[in-house]
Amino acid sequence: MNNPAENPQKEPLLRIAKRAELPAGKIVILRLLAVVLSLVAGGIFIACMGQNPLTIYGTILSGACRSAMAFQGTVKLMIPLLITSLGVTLAFKMKFWNIGAEGQIIFGATCATFFALFCSGMNHVLLIIVMFLAGFIGGGLWGLIPAVFKVRYNTNETLFTLMLNYIALHIVSYLRDGPWMDPGSQGFPKIARFDKNASLDKFLGIQFGWLIGLLLVVIVFIYLKYTKQGYEISVVGESQDTARYAGMNVKKIILRTMFLSGGICGMAGMIQATGSDITLTTSVAGGVGFTAIIIAWLGQLNPFAILLVSFLFSVLEKGSSVVQSNYGLSTDCADVLQGIILFFILGCEFFVRYRFLFRTKVHSEKKIKAEGE
Amino acid sequence: MDMVIKFLVAAVGAGTPLLFGTVGEILTEKTGHLNLGVEGMMSIGACIGFMVGYYTDNFVFALFFAALSGALSALIYAFLTVTLMANQNVTGLTLTIFGIGFANFIGIFVLNKSPEGTLKLPEKITAAMRGIHIPGLSDLPIVGELLFSYSPFVYIGILIAGFCGYYLNRTKMGLGLKAVGENPGAADAAGIKVTAVKYRNIILGGAICGIGGVYCSMIINGGVWISDNVGGLGWIAVALVIFANWQPSAAILGSFVFGALRVLKYYIPQSIFPFPIAFYDMLPFLMTALVLVISSMRKSSRINLPAALGLNYFREER
Amino acid sequence: MAEQGREKYAIECRKITKAFGQVVANDGIDLNVKYGEILALLGENGSGKTTLMNMLSGIYHPDSGQIFIGGEEVKINSPVDAMNLGIGMIHQHFKLVEAFRAMDNIMLGTRGRKEKSKAASEKIRKIGEAYGLEIEPEKYVNEMSVSEKQTVEILKVLYRGAEILILDEPTAVLTPQETDRLFSILRKMKEKGCAIIIITHKLQEVLSISDRVTILRKGKSIETVDTAACDARKLTELMVGRPVSLKIQRPKVADPETIFKVVDLTVQKPDGSKAIDDISFEIKKGEILGVAGVAGSGQKELCEAIAGLLHAQKGAILFHKENLLGKTPSEIIEKGVSMSFVPEDRLGMGLVASMGMTDNMLLKGYQKGKGPFIKRRPARELAENLIRKLEIVTPGTETPVRLLSGGNVQKVLLGREIESSPSVLITAYPVRGLDINSSYTVYDLLNEQKKKNVAVMYIGEDLDVLLELSDRIMVLCHGKITGIVDADKTTKEEIGMMMTGEMKPAESGKEALDE
Repeated sequence: MNNPAENPQKEPLLRIAKRAELPAGKIVILRLLAVVLSLVAGGIFIACMGQNPLTIYGTILSGACRSAMAFQGTVKLMIPLLITSLGVTLAFKMKFWNIGAEGQIIFGATCATFFALFCSGMNHVLLIIVMFLAGFIGGGLWGLIPAVFKVRYNTNETLFTLMLNYIALHIVSYLRDGPWMDPGSQGFPKIARFDKNASLDKFLGIQFGWLIGLLLVVIVFIYLKYTKQGYEISVVGESQDTARYAGMNVKKIILRTMFLSGGICGMAGMIQATGSDITLTTSVAGGVGFTAIIIAWLGQLNPFAILLVSFLFSVLEKGSSVVQSNYGLSTDCADVLQGIILFFILGCEFFVRYRFLFRTKVHSEKKIKAEGE
Repeated sequence: MDMVIKFLVAAVGAGTPLLFGTVGEILTEKTGHLNLGVEGMMSIGACIGFMVGYYTDNFVFALFFAALSGALSALIYAFLTVTLMANQNVTGLTLTIFGIGFANFIGIFVLNKSPEGTLKLPEKITAAMRGIHIPGLSDLPIVGELLFSYSPFVYIGILIAGFCGYYLNRTKMGLGLKAVGENPGAADAAGIKVTAVKYRNIILGGAICGIGGVYCSMIINGGVWISDNVGGLGWIAVALVIFANWQPSAAILGSFVFGALRVLKYYIPQSIFPFPIAFYDMLPFLMTALVLVISSMRKSSRINLPAALGLNYFREER
Repeated sequence: MAEQGREKYAIECRKITKAFGQVVANDGIDLNVKYGEILALLGENGSGKTTLMNMLSGIYHPDSGQIFIGGEEVKINSPVDAMNLGIGMIHQHFKLVEAFRAMDNIMLGTRGRKEKSKAASEKIRKIGEAYGLEIEPEKYVNEMSVSEKQTVEILKVLYRGAEILILDEPTAVLTPQETDRLFSILRKMKEKGCAIIIITHKLQEVLSISDRVTILRKGKSIETVDTAACDARKLTELMVGRPVSLKIQRPKVADPETIFKVVDLTVQKPDGSKAIDDISFEIKKGEILGVAGVAGSGQKELCEAIAGLLHAQKGAILFHKENLLGKTPSEIIEKGVSMSFVPEDRLGMGLVASMGMTDNMLLKGYQKGKGPFIKRRPARELAENLIRKLEIVTPGTETPVRLLSGGNVQKVLLGREIESSPSVLITAYPVRGLDINSSYTVYDLLNEQKKKNVAVMYIGEDLDVLLELSDRIMVLCHGKITGIVDADKTTKEEIGMMMTGEMKPAESGKEALDE
């Protein structure tokens, strides 16, 4: 076994070394660079489909903002994305992998729909408030279920929340096919359009959900940064042991946070159903719950950054529907581009803490060190 | 009796894509990496495999390219999480969103170009995927139908599961793989090339998932391309890994049980169990949730969950 | 082998340098060992010993410098390279797969086909016998004691035919008796021609086992001396860089009033076994009660039970005659019972790694004050206060504490506990991983508390320190108290015997030793 001749005499071609963490300014530049690179990669993908990437990117931008109506459409897409991202942010801050936003949106919307369908005669303001509460509580309860099992049996929340998405979806399809089927649809399975009294009012031409979204940005920011409960979430997310040692009731914190997280997502569902769709369909969430996870992550769980990212993502989605009608590329293009952007951002985080050393670079090592000191 | 056999045969068919996904994810998780991108890898495999089959009319090519595309998508995940040490949960989710989007996008792109307005696999490849017929054996009553009547996918799946079980439990490489998932630092110190082991098995796992994907696009809808054809099976596969206790042999049984749940609605007499269709559609997901809860309640010491699952490894970490 | 050894070194390192980010862990280190020799590598925590050895075993990669094995220059890029060169390392934190059997761990990563269990197990037994090591190859590692695990590590290295052995603080987790047994095995290996490097910061062990000593200080190799020509005082001076007094002060207990009492306490682990088994003791005002015991003897559970984090099955914990059992952790903190536990990774409990000092100051008191909002200003002032008072080196109060050095992190932790002016201070492993100067700062802090009439419980690893710092020492073994003795009337050997449960406190030390 002891055979030095077998031993490689050369340095490895590539190795990884830790570096002093980058200053904030450089991190921002690094991330911007990653976004640019991802757009280049996305461009290559578009070029492979036989289109000019610059034209497509141009169409996406102009398509989302070309007219007041297009811009309103973009904002309308942004509302559920923004609110849901804020919802999952609470859970992610606690390192609770809530990927059940889809289900929480659906269940929140379903609870609100009950009042929209069967109590539509109520006073308008009161009905809207009741529906908001129903959406919040419904989504919250749907988020609470995995949390209960997590604290009780340490059940894997990632998979559990995911299964609850599908369960919620099939609850809606059951209601659509049976008890809540629109009697006026002649057997076609759909839920009736809501009464005007049960739909959200408009403000500046768009349903007022966007105001709630903006309000939530500020509330979630303050909640996480300046309140005792927000502080507790950060500590639990960092280390449950530390939280326990500090005398925190970790279980209570997890349950409470997941209720809030699911509640906000449920509210997004209620707003989507009563403000945009004016009915309940199985596609009320339509992948928003998953996209929101990407947005929350890209926004580094900072509510203001999330506002920016969710706006850009809605531009991407709105714009890609224009691309679909003009160039025949399906709107799934948006998902592909979103995926590519996040791949690059995920990859670039590596360079915040580590760097690669190539064999030839080893000699310049001393220089780097001298600079560091 | 006839109904029961038909049901069992259908269950095996419906469970097969799950089997691929589950075995692929077992290999991945044994490296200590939780890849939530199974759904995405299956979608990519479904898309590429289908398109290759559609244009070449060759079953083996379709299978090969499905596996290759699954492997390549797993390579993205491996590069991000193993080399660049990115968050495994988020990377896997992104891969799923990317994969589904990619598959649907390509599907519609090709569909728009086709003169018929639909994508249907040609005849030769469809024939290659039909149930096998071994003269004599397949004609046996009951046994013939239960054992020797399936599409080649079923036998490939069982073979792969058996091979992976042997690899994990009986070989030195398997021992090394398990050590990496349990304690990469210890494996490294013992002279195992941790990074190579991770890449190898994550990519292999992706390839197996890719084959599972192409089953979804080529068989489930009778050889016609539709969007979202994997439809959540990848997620069930991730959960089945827990149900199978990280054992490929148990994955075979688990997949077929869940396959049975998926086809139950066609075989259960409505007059006796008057449940709505939506309930049966929900059943596999409901059962998976139950399995998750039950397996987390069970405090057995023989749970094979890799101890380092979800943690990235950097040799020079201090 | 011995003939060759005289001509060339087994290992020679020249000008080895390694940096982690901005921290230069090794700075131009020289070191050499002959075959058939035991070299002690002496240095304080943070002096770069482990880093250097990790480079020899291929875990880390040097930034610059040369390594020679048997006279030939080599590059060790991975543990496989190290293994092929005959280098074997026994890490301080064992590199074992807990879910595997001993034999699987030993065979792991070796070449060839997987052998039949029986043959492999027989082979391992044989190697063990040759060196006087006892082992059960079929036993799962997670069912083993610490010293059994160490045996597996040693066999793992021997099985691979290593001739150069590196042991990183092998005695840190052993009782004095187990240490003696390990040393006799090492001497046997030395006779067989192995080159051995042993890392330690315990001077007595250096003197008893090594032939030569290389001293590291702040990442530099200071000097290599023959052990025979040295004494403890000289080694310490070389290690610290200036003469130090090894004496720890022990102020007299002023007012011996019992303030804290544990009566018949029994605590179960989640699996139902007893972590703490029917123990009773008391702590007086202005006294330091040392707690000794092999790792995992129930220290952690005792801490957690007192802090209200673990449910106790039986007994009572009385503070000012009031039972603390059943109270919530925050109620107990409020009453003035402070507990800080420094785990092995040093950051896991008590501090939040990614937060700055300000937010860490808030950790135990954030609930005070009305309203839903958190008050950061007093916390920031407290942090600034501590930085000044304890000379904590940090760029600012908002710098994440994980970026601070080990000593400073522990000053933050202990400083916060002390600033809450507790009446009972429970501290577990507060000097874990600290260099001598920082350790003495911690001892001074504890003695200061003692003067303020605080009742202190100090759970420690180093028996020498326990003997000098504590007024009384309580010894835990498998969750039971095997003795409570006055620190100035006992010996290290006596405590060692109690740690393994070989001696009951009722018998006097003399008689037990005579047996």
